[in-house]
Amino acid sequence: MAKGVWIVAEQRDGAFRKISFELAGTARKLADVLGEEVCAVLCGSGIEGIAGQLGKYGVDKVFVADSPALEPYTTDAHAVAVAKAVKENDPAILLLGASTQGKDLSARLVGKLATGLATDCTDVKIADGKLLAIRPMYAGKCFGEVVFSTFPQMASLRPNVFPAVENAKAGVVVKFDPALDAGQLKTKVLEVQKDTSGKADLTEANVIVSGGRGMKGPEGYAILEELAAVLGATVGASRAAVDAGWRPQSDQVGQTGKIVSPNLYIACGVSGAIQHLAGMSSSKIIVAINKDAEAPIFTKADYGIVDDLFKIVPEFTKECKKLLA
Amino acid sequence: MNIVACVKQVPDTEAQIKVKPDGSGIEEGGIKWVMNPYDEFGVEEALRLKEKNGGEVTIVTVGPARAMETIRTALAMGADKGIHICDPTFDGADAYATASALAAAIKGIPHDIIFCGQRAIDDDSGQVGAVLAEFLGIPQVTVITKLEFAGGAIKAIRPIEGAQLLIECPLPCLVTAQKGLNEPRYASLPGIMKAKKKPVDVKDAAALGVTVTANAKVAKFIPPPARAAGKIICGDDPAMKAAELARLLREEAKVI
Repeated sequence: MAKGVWIVAEQRDGAFRKISFELAGTARKLADVLGEEVCAVLCGSGIEGIAGQLGKYGVDKVFVADSPALEPYTTDAHAVAVAKAVKENDPAILLLGASTQGKDLSARLVGKLATGLATDCTDVKIADGKLLAIRPMYAGKCFGEVVFSTFPQMASLRPNVFPAVENAKAGVVVKFDPALDAGQLKTKVLEVQKDTSGKADLTEANVIVSGGRGMKGPEGYAILEELAAVLGATVGASRAAVDAGWRPQSDQVGQTGKIVSPNLYIACGVSGAIQHLAGMSSSKIIVAINKDAEAPIFTKADYGIVDDLFKIVPEFTKECKKLLA
Repeated sequence: MNIVACVKQVPDTEAQIKVKPDGSGIEEGGIKWVMNPYDEFGVEEALRLKEKNGGEVTIVTVGPARAMETIRTALAMGADKGIHICDPTFDGADAYATASALAAAIKGIPHDIIFCGQRAIDDDSGQVGAVLAEFLGIPQVTVITKLEFAGGAIKAIRPIEGAQLLIECPLPCLVTAQKGLNEPRYASLPGIMKAKKKPVDVKDAAALGVTVTANAKVAKFIPPPARAAGKIICGDDPAMKAAELARLLREEAKVI
């Protein structure tokens, strides 16, 4: 009988990603309802020493696979390692992050474990002893309640949505042999080009300052960059701005770009096409600055200013500087 | 080179999505159906590979009768033939079931490289490519923005949070396409005419020997939570409005 709530913890270069603690805190909550244990799987190289940190967030036991073949992450190696630990222990629930790595790994595990997965969930709970996963579909134009008929019941959780609650447990570290066979490892990471800007990725950012067609051109973004620097924010863009070549593809927020959920989303000169609204409506607080009072973005905004953004934004930046000084 | 591109027909990004009153699905009336935008990048890349290296592009889809339009669109862009997996039992199929059907169809044809979109913009699951790769026993490189092929292997760029990876992978393999990979072409008029004569094989679940189960099932569709009406900050002076906004975000919303 499948039992226990498991997470796949995520680390890079020997440091946990924040999502790992969000997963642990959420797993703890579910496990307490079920009266079961929380276990984590952690894969990497030279990471045994950090494994115990998960105890602080409610993990009872950490299964660690420590091997040079597990760093950097490849689907081949990590899927084999995680699948082995899961098959040997038969958990009822398996949670991963809906990060780039978690999405890649979780989907491969669906095939390996012959089970079902709810991707990019914004809520998970226990109903009648089973997992009920709630997730946006159509980029948030509607939501689905997902139920499972196989084990483990898998869900990937949207970063930045679930709180990382401290709840100290033993965090006992158990090593396991991932039994990697060199013949299975086909993909190779040749190069990691790090973004040196020091900005959080849009999908992980706490604050996003986003610009649309109203920015009038690539040079218009300078005032958004200034505001972002003051707030420690990441700059995003609408599809119109990206398609016009004003901003790189990686900045696009929306149904065909990044789906984001910051604490604060400031939309400047963004009209709010439905496919843009779909990508940012799970933001906690939304601010719209637009001179068109009829712009659909105002239907989603918690706070709005109808005015010329080129007058408002520099003033707002000054005010924020004062407040944060 | 034997190239396969998997496609899905989805509602256009501008479509309003309305949940049926009983929560069993979405209202399909009035929806404009298009090829999933991420699949379009996959089809385009498949065609470019073929133009450079020779070979054939086969389009595979799982979907109802209307999904034939999407196969024809890909054929009009320049793909050679299609497989349409069409069976009412696939309504509400999860990624596992969909990938089982695709795998059954693709196992029967030669395949050096398979393209999928990184996710479909309807269910947003982003699973089918990876599950399919697992079923075929081949490696995957997901969410790529650049692809090069040389010497029996691909090199692909995969953006992750705060970095870009350059990944090498031997064929056969499966890749999933992200925006930025290319600019998909439009079908030409002669292309559209030719597409009508290209062969499309229609198969049902029985012909493929797959049974449809849903390991994960959407039990209920619900409309998105409504957001309470926001505050519009009024006034004539931009500086005062900006100051009021900063104050509200600091004191009321507590986000700065």
